[in-house]
Amino acid sequence: MKKYTFTEKKDTRSGFGAGMHVLGQQNPNVVALCADLVGSLKLEPFIKENPDRFVQCGISEANMIGVSAGLTIGGKIPFATTFANFATGRVYDQIRQSVAYSNKNVKICASHAGLTLGEDGATHQILEDLGMMKMLPGMTVINPCDYNQTKAATIAIADYEGPVYLRFGRPVIPVFTDADQKFEIGKAWMVNEGTDVSIFATGHMVWEAIQAGELLEAEGINAEIINIHTIKPLDEEAILKSVEKTGCAVTAEEHNRLGGLGDSVAQVLIKNKLVPQEYVAVDDSFGESGTPAQLMEKYGLTAKDIVAAAKRAISRK
Amino acid sequence: MEIEQLEKVASQVRRDIVRMVHGCQSGHPGGSLGCTEILVALYFEQMKLNEENGKPVFDMNGQGEDLFFLSNGHISPVWYSVLAHRGYFEKSELATFRKLDSRLQGHPTTHEHLEGIRIASGSLGQGMSAAIGSALAKKLNKDDLTVFVLMGDGEQQEGQVWEAAMFAPHHEVDNLIAIIDLNGQQIDGPTLKVMNNRDLGKKYEAFGWEVISVEEGNDMTAVVKGLYEAKGRLGHGRPILILLHTGMGYGVDYMMGTHKWHGTAPNDDQLAVALAQLEETLGDY
Repeated sequence: MKKYTFTEKKDTRSGFGAGMHVLGQQNPNVVALCADLVGSLKLEPFIKENPDRFVQCGISEANMIGVSAGLTIGGKIPFATTFANFATGRVYDQIRQSVAYSNKNVKICASHAGLTLGEDGATHQILEDLGMMKMLPGMTVINPCDYNQTKAATIAIADYEGPVYLRFGRPVIPVFTDADQKFEIGKAWMVNEGTDVSIFATGHMVWEAIQAGELLEAEGINAEIINIHTIKPLDEEAILKSVEKTGCAVTAEEHNRLGGLGDSVAQVLIKNKLVPQEYVAVDDSFGESGTPAQLMEKYGLTAKDIVAAAKRAISRK
Repeated sequence: MEIEQLEKVASQVRRDIVRMVHGCQSGHPGGSLGCTEILVALYFEQMKLNEENGKPVFDMNGQGEDLFFLSNGHISPVWYSVLAHRGYFEKSELATFRKLDSRLQGHPTTHEHLEGIRIASGSLGQGMSAAIGSALAKKLNKDDLTVFVLMGDGEQQEGQVWEAAMFAPHHEVDNLIAIIDLNGQQIDGPTLKVMNNRDLGKKYEAFGWEVISVEEGNDMTAVVKGLYEAKGRLGHGRPILILLHTGMGYGVDYMMGTHKWHGTAPNDDQLAVALAQLEETLGDY
């Protein structure tokens, strides 16, 4: 089993900011928009070097989505940025009509997703965004796992023509993927090969899955761990290939169990190969105030929850 | 184009509107009829369009030409008819309006790749934001042409309109002309009764817009004059708003001045009465 180590912890939103910094230098069509959260989205380096290609929208997210859609008419590649809650549910109809249905090349880049936003509490902790976004026809939905992967994904989506939802977060987490990786939209990343259970994880849960793999190995269970950074289009081939080998699945996501990665994987399994599946996700509930670690513990999103789910899945084979 | 010729186009467009809505027994004739002069004046007189051999060449980016956005997408019949007569697509396609497999959806969309349409509209309040975005793109591209957007007066009740209204002067979007169709009617009745968005001009002025009023929005001469006046004021740091006073249902006597024909189709007899009032000038589709 491959061992993953890290020398530093960083937030995925800083990976986004670093990606934007690169795009600012490389792609003259990239325009950044923000709704009064420049610091939170780590946009300062982009804005400093490209003041003419930054649009401050104020606290007006609906208008920001519409202005972004309009900027594509004229060949610009707008990156509309704010917290995930305000980037999705608050502006769902604007995204649906002006971006998705109109097939506009808008990149909706959403920070502070999920419980790990922490102390601000449930009003800001969106756990439904992956579901809402993946239901929109033509929308690509990406949830990278660490700083380096978020940076790579940010750069990659500028070259992809079409609407994208890019989800990332606030807390510092281990940086364990390669700094110079090439991000392939829609291509699952094999973290660790195994034979006993497939663990499909996304976003912050990938590191938890890696730790779970080590805990399981100590108990003689050989877990296969796959990073599903692209929720849509889903890499069905990678999922099926894995469960053919392992015969059971665990999905892990910082999201409501309804409508997220787990349901997407379940659809693939129902249609193609029925194997037991266990969900590690928030059990149809809102979040609350607390530290990220406390919340992940309370809502069942830790490595030990993945271990327990893996054992349940194996026992049902 | 001479006013008389523009009026001839308008008469044919009005015939198309009532025939299209009759043909599928659904759609929105009232607002469409009321906005006929402004749409005809824009496409046949005011807007600079990229053309080859007298026909517009549609390209999504629209560089080097004026752009039009319809925010109140339910008045699609008037837009479709004007686009067809202007040469974007064959006028025979108007017969497919709101029918299965048509590119002429109930509300305008880019989804079916209809030439002339750059964004979907129908869910209200979104068009001005898109128009602003495209105006910003024009500035970034050093393209000094103009972006027009038409909204309804009932639509001014949507909050997003005011987000956009605040944004445009702040960012000095002075290559934008917004037009409000002030017909005073919405689905549930007179706008003053449903939700009184009084003094729209003062509201926009307070937000930093330059406001022009066209009192006779169904008089072609007045509409053309208003558009030229608006265009003359561009480029000075402020977006321009035209308050266009129109009559809902204008041109068909029994549809005029009431919200009852906002979204109702005429029956066979009513169609005949309407067509008798509208001269066929360019040939029916």
